[in-house]
Amino acid sequence: MALRGNLRDFTITQLLNLINLAKKTGTLVIEGPGDFAWVAFREGKLAYAQIGREDNSLAAILQRSSKISAAQYRMIKERASNMTDKELGLLLINAGYLNQSDILDSLQQYFIGVVRRLFTWVEGTFRFEADQLPPSGLIPVRIDLENLIIEGARQLREWEQLQEEIPSLDMALKFMDRPGTNLRNINLSVEEWRVVSYVNPKNTMRQIAQATKMNDLEIRRVIYGLLQAGLVEIVRPGGATLTNQRMFPTTNKEEQKSLVNRLINRIRSI
Amino acid sequence: MQTVKIVVTGPFNAGKTEFIRSVSEIDVVSTERKISAEAEKVKSTTTVAMDFGRITVDDDLVLYLFGTPGQKRFDFMWEILSEGMLGFVVLVDSSRPETFREARTILETFRAYAPTPYVVAANKQDKEDAWDLEDMRVALRLDSKVKFLPVVATDKEKVKKVLLELLYSILAEMEAGGS
Repeated sequence: MALRGNLRDFTITQLLNLINLAKKTGTLVIEGPGDFAWVAFREGKLAYAQIGREDNSLAAILQRSSKISAAQYRMIKERASNMTDKELGLLLINAGYLNQSDILDSLQQYFIGVVRRLFTWVEGTFRFEADQLPPSGLIPVRIDLENLIIEGARQLREWEQLQEEIPSLDMALKFMDRPGTNLRNINLSVEEWRVVSYVNPKNTMRQIAQATKMNDLEIRRVIYGLLQAGLVEIVRPGGATLTNQRMFPTTNKEEQKSLVNRLINRIRSI
Repeated sequence: MQTVKIVVTGPFNAGKTEFIRSVSEIDVVSTERKISAEAEKVKSTTTVAMDFGRITVDDDLVLYLFGTPGQKRFDFMWEILSEGMLGFVVLVDSSRPETFREARTILETFRAYAPTPYVVAANKQDKEDAWDLEDMRVALRLDSKVKFLPVVATDKEKVKKVLLELLYSILAEMEAGGS
């Protein structure tokens, strides 16, 4: 049966666990709300990973891990753009620039980083293309999934806790009137400052997440920190008014007030 | 006949059924079952669908009180019950601090369902190990503007006070709305 579904029902951690236990070979294709990713496995081990259109050529990965300089990266792109990763790797080893371990370590760290980023994806769909592997010109790696699964499970628990604390992103934030913390002694991270700049009862947390390009987990994590620090509180979004038509059997405001006063008098008399 | 409703919510074993029973003019229509979860065996039965109480105001108006199921696995009922409510009461067991976090979650969930007024009531204040209101306010992270009242759900006068405070809030919000 096709392995496909929704990340709300089946998390990335659960998928990795399944692939690990069943020693599956193939490519997991994930379509998130704003991006997509491919993660390839060979006999239950991580072999390759890519998010969106991010440059994950060997040259780009080596530059990100500081194994080559930006100038060397540009030179490779100009002069060796037709080479496969395998050919480029052999060239760099034979020329004495790098050894095999440098290259494999860089690739492994990059692919693990991609999977870690996927742990924050809680929305989206997935499908597993059995036996489909990345092109043969790429350098094969084999990374055990166990540690990644443990890390993912830890993150899942955090996600569940954050969901309990902040069940809906359709509410807004406002600064506390009397924050419990001395504002002069507060150190905010870059992400927190980005969120703080949008704190306003008119903006829902979902809108803030969109504006700051954060996913559900990231925005909840930042807001949880701000709530714990006593800086902000959750309020209903500005402009949201009582949906009187549904609450009251009448739409007339005076009749509604009269109705509430009748309720008050009745309860007093019980 | 016009009908309006108020929802009484809160964690498992907070005292919602007793709260409604104290003021309802009919026997509370309660859908209780024996508790299956080991961790929740503080009492022998729990509400699985809803409690239902009624207060007839006059020939033309009836107030319904709906109590939500306390066990988390029945939370799919909450949104249905919250539809069209005038406001809601969040009941918290003052003697079980392990439920405070869940109470906070329930409060936030109901606020997200409907922007209606609410009050929070600290139940079982007659128990020896009940927390002080001020400590509970901090633990529940309630703003000083949120009405937070002591209550004993079996004491009719105290239950009336909670419902009246909620109705005063509803009235105040209507007046602040410029009508």
